[in-house]
Amino acid sequence: MDEKPLYEGSFTVVGGNFDNAGEVSTNIKSILKKIGLSKDVVRKAALVAYESEINIVSYARKGMIRLRVVPDCIMIEAIDEGQGIPDIEQAMQPGFSTANQKIREMGFGAGMGLCNIRSFSDIFQISSEIGKGTHLKMIIKANNNVIQ
Amino acid sequence: MTLHELKKLLDAEVLIGEDQLDMDVNTAFVADLMSDVLAFATAGSLLITGLTNPQVVRTADVLDIAAIIMGRGKLPSQETFQLAEELNIPILTTKYILFEIAGRLYAKGIRGCIEKVGSK
Repeated sequence: MDEKPLYEGSFTVVGGNFDNAGEVSTNIKSILKKIGLSKDVVRKAALVAYESEINIVSYARKGMIRLRVVPDCIMIEAIDEGQGIPDIEQAMQPGFSTANQKIREMGFGAGMGLCNIRSFSDIFQISSEIGKGTHLKMIIKANNNVIQ
Repeated sequence: MTLHELKKLLDAEVLIGEDQLDMDVNTAFVADLMSDVLAFATAGSLLITGLTNPQVVRTADVLDIAAIIMGRGKLPSQETFQLAEELNIPILTTKYILFEIAGRLYAKGIRGCIEKVGSK
C-alpha cells in the first residue's frame, strides 16, 4: 500500500444530475485502460465505480470518487454527503431499495447496486452516518496484470 | 453472426456503428434493468433492451458490450445517441418486441451470455 501509485486522483459527483451519471466512471475506465491493466480488471473496476456513482447521483447531495492505482490493486472510494443509510444490513439485501421513480426510469433502483459493488470487489467496506453521508471503500486486485 | 446478418434478420435500422457491421457476436443478454445487466452480462455480448436513456450506453461501455439492440421500435434520446457516438458503441433499433428478438436470434445460434443465474 506504500508503493508509489500509478495513478491517484479524485472526481466530483453531483447529486441529482441524472443526465451525466456515469461520466466519472467512463473517465475512470479510460484511465485504467491507459495504465495497461487487463480487460477483466478494468471492467470490474469500472462496474464498481459506476454503481457507486449512480448511488451518489441517486441519493446524495454531492460526493466524490477517489481512485488510487498501485501495481497490485485498484482502490476506489465513494464518499458522499447525503442522507446516510439507517440500516446497512438491510441496504445490502438484494432487492431492498428506497429508489424513486426517476432512478427506476434510468434502469436502476431495484436494490442491486450495493450487492453488485460487493460481489465485484475483492475487498468491500461500508460505513454510514445518518444525515451526514456514506463511505464505500473497494479494492480490486490486479493480479499483477500491469504492463509497465 | 455478424451485426450485418443481425440487422437483416431483425429488420433493424443501424443508428450508430454502420462501420462496425462486420463484428461477430455469439451471446446476448435481455433486460430493462441496468443493475442486472451489470451483474450478469458478459463482455462482447449484445444488450437487448427497451430502455433508451444514456445509462444504457454507460452500462454497455462499462461492460464492453458489443452492441445495443433497442426493441419495440424504441429510439435513443438525443443524449443517448450522442454518447453512443462518442463512445463508438453500435445501436440498432427494431420494431420487434424483445421476446421476438431473442427467439429469432436464438434460432440462428445466438445464446444467452449465461444460462442461469449463478451458473457462469
